[in-house]
Amino acid sequence: MTRVVVVGHGPSAHRLVESLRGFAGSITIVGEEPRPAYDRVALTSYLAGKTAEDLTYPVPEGVTLRLGSRVTGIDRAARTVITADGEISEYDVLVLATGSAPFVPPVPGKDLAGCFVYRTIEDLDAIRAAAATATAGIVVGGGLLGLEAADALRGLGLETHVVEMSPWLMPRQVDEGGGAVLRDHVERLGLTVHAGAGVKEIAGPDRVTGLVKPDGEVIPAQIVVFSAGIRPRDELARASGLAVGERGGIVVDEGMRTSDPSIYAIGECALVGGQIYGLVGPCFTMAEVAADRIMGGTSGFSGADLSTKLKLLGVAVAQFGQMSGALDVTYMDPVGGVYKKLFVSDDARTLLGGICVGDAGPYDTLRPYVGKPLPGLPSDLLFTGGVTLDLPDDAQVCSCNNVTAGTVRGAVLDKALTDVPGIKACTRAGSTCGSCVPLLKQILVKSGVPVSKALCEHFTQSRAELFEIVQVRAITTFTQLIEEHGSGRGCDICKPAVASILASLHNTHVLDGEQAALQDTNDHFLANIQKNGTYSVVPRIPGGEITPDKLIVIGEVARDFGLYTKITGGQRIDLFGARVEQLPQIWRRLVDAGFESGHAYGKALRTVKSCVGSTWCRYGVQDSAALAIMLETRYRGLRSPHKLKSAVSGCARECAEARSKDFGVIATENGWNLYVCGNGGFKPRHADLLVSDVDTDTLIRTIDRFLMFYIRTADRLQRTSAWLEAMDGGLDHLRDVIVHDSLGLCADLDAQIERHVAGYFDEWRATLDDPDKLRRFTSFVNAPGVPDPSISFVTERDQIRPVGVSS
Amino acid sequence: MSEWTSVCGYADLLPERGACALLGSEQVALFRTFDGRLYATGNRDPYSGAYVLSRGIVGTRNGEPTVASPMHKQVFSLVTGACLDDPATFIPIFPIRVSSGMVEVSVL
Repeated sequence: MTRVVVVGHGPSAHRLVESLRGFAGSITIVGEEPRPAYDRVALTSYLAGKTAEDLTYPVPEGVTLRLGSRVTGIDRAARTVITADGEISEYDVLVLATGSAPFVPPVPGKDLAGCFVYRTIEDLDAIRAAAATATAGIVVGGGLLGLEAADALRGLGLETHVVEMSPWLMPRQVDEGGGAVLRDHVERLGLTVHAGAGVKEIAGPDRVTGLVKPDGEVIPAQIVVFSAGIRPRDELARASGLAVGERGGIVVDEGMRTSDPSIYAIGECALVGGQIYGLVGPCFTMAEVAADRIMGGTSGFSGADLSTKLKLLGVAVAQFGQMSGALDVTYMDPVGGVYKKLFVSDDARTLLGGICVGDAGPYDTLRPYVGKPLPGLPSDLLFTGGVTLDLPDDAQVCSCNNVTAGTVRGAVLDKALTDVPGIKACTRAGSTCGSCVPLLKQILVKSGVPVSKALCEHFTQSRAELFEIVQVRAITTFTQLIEEHGSGRGCDICKPAVASILASLHNTHVLDGEQAALQDTNDHFLANIQKNGTYSVVPRIPGGEITPDKLIVIGEVARDFGLYTKITGGQRIDLFGARVEQLPQIWRRLVDAGFESGHAYGKALRTVKSCVGSTWCRYGVQDSAALAIMLETRYRGLRSPHKLKSAVSGCARECAEARSKDFGVIATENGWNLYVCGNGGFKPRHADLLVSDVDTDTLIRTIDRFLMFYIRTADRLQRTSAWLEAMDGGLDHLRDVIVHDSLGLCADLDAQIERHVAGYFDEWRATLDDPDKLRRFTSFVNAPGVPDPSISFVTERDQIRPVGVSS
Repeated sequence: MSEWTSVCGYADLLPERGACALLGSEQVALFRTFDGRLYATGNRDPYSGAYVLSRGIVGTRNGEPTVASPMHKQVFSLVTGACLDDPATFIPIFPIRVSSGMVEVSVL
């Protein structure tokens, strides 16, 4: 049995063992960090509230993991490695995935307390701890990682400076013109940029007090973060006599093999084709190549696309292909903060590369055309945001996972895929950074997949478009909408969808006038239909908190009407087996005792589950039950594209399971973290952190906007999780819209929620007060008092159960 | 030979909403479409076995009036009783008319 030993457990090592799935031998990983591999690309989100667990990759089954253990020597003759604590492991195949170390320039004072690098979770913990007593911080290095670090310092509330040797920021991704636009963006956020500046020394006898520039100017600060490039960790390879490059890096061939055929090197420590790669995409490809070779394959690494597209400090920066060419076409708008440039061959026929700052549109459409004939006039192509182009089969669509347009097309046809989540699952395209999702959508459309947005045969519009029409034209009835914008008389798809839109916008009773005919049976009887045609009743119990007296009322009602009772997963009580004519009598009793509709029957807010929080629990840090009750009361009755579930946990132990909800809140020492778009059910999804450590007012405003934006833009019966998965730009876009108001919608969203809150009434109480509405609650129009003879029950475990209806 | 039974006033039926009448042991679902026409079918949903079709959503498919079962959404023609998603399955259709403002059905 082949024994594979992997040294280092970072993203490359993780991808390697993942790609070795099905490998017959044994796999042992020896990692120096105290924790398993995690997503370093998302490191900054750790300071924004993500936990180390959130970032950690799952360890594949069957892999032996030795963490906090540093390999100090390789005995190539004996084929063993030895760790600092003396443990020896034998290998048949050794993979070095030792990564890189941040480069710290050799300036005086670089080791003072207050100096940091930005690479591991431990680094971030140290920076966060130091920031608590600091007022200003400096990042040395204005590249991609440097600006990430600067964003982190800014997020920690520090006055932030960036010192960059080159005359402009991100010199590897943008040229001077792009650098100027980028600098404007960064300075508008309150950061100070010192470009074209070196470091003479770090000042301070014991702790950092500032940074001295070569011209003698001192920038006062208590924290300095070095982010001036990386150096491959090749010391182990060097000591064991493996070939290394002149300027560092373990020399490997295109199969990722070092000068010793039983030793591979992958990731940032490997020197392949004379180059070190610091981007995650090429490192993943190296891992896949090595895995394939270990399993007897012949794949090779033939260079990588170094294109980058990212959002740093809120500004889009993208670069693809070459950064020079015989001819170039530039568009620059210093006022709007946009810079776009394309490089083309001297005959102006071949696209060579491009740079984008402030608008990455050309990146999405044009990156696959690098080295290929231009698909249009260069000046037009700078504005190809919405244009769809035919991609050649060999064009790379997803650079993170090295997936071509041909592979995606093939998967769409062979597996009959119809949506982006399907493509993600099948090809991995779009599953890492998500920037190619718009391209994937285009391929779906161009592949002839019928991705019709039509709601049903009666409306060619999508639900979101109908929402806009109803809102803008102030339409109040289904008849008006279908006569002016649809055809026929509707169906079980469009009628409830339009009913939901009307309810979300107008706050009228769902059984008012013509609206009643649009409702599904559940909304029509304000109860949940069960398999034998009876209904179940769920009174609202906000936050799951209930007095003994009210508990007794529910018990008495259930007993008097002979209903089956069960505690629900949403911390309330469901009463089953009611016939339609019993529903008003049951609700008379419940309303008199102070209960309201729980909307268990509606596509609406269901429950906000909670734990007892700081009131009772010795671990609680905030009053989660009070917040849950407040949220449930605020959003009760809000109709939406699908049901909405929520929860509030009083501490990080998360007893309320908030991260499986559409919106979940977890208390922190400083306030609340808001997680969105989680789901249990058929396709579980952990909710994503949207904002962290916010106060209660900010929390509520953010949830308000989240809910209303979802209600306006989601498809029919699309839960928030699927809505987010399908959203162009994903979580970042959502945050831009509802936190940074990038679409200028927030005032509108706020006003809509306020209208809902102010206009709320209990629809069961209103029904009981209206004889017209009550007339619906009969089994037989010609025999109002007669119960349905088809319904019967037997007793099981001391309660009723329906007798099997014959079919 | 039809024997008509009066079940309710025409105005008791709401547009595009069903109601159910009990005729002996027969449950008849009554529907009034948007254009004012009346239809009568069996109330039993053949898929679930529950007597619920009168509580389904009334609409059209390619112009044909329909009701969708509230249980699992199979769509039935109100004209022929055929399940449009599964043409081998039918629900019974009954004659229905208005006489002096009263709705009458025949289940014979």
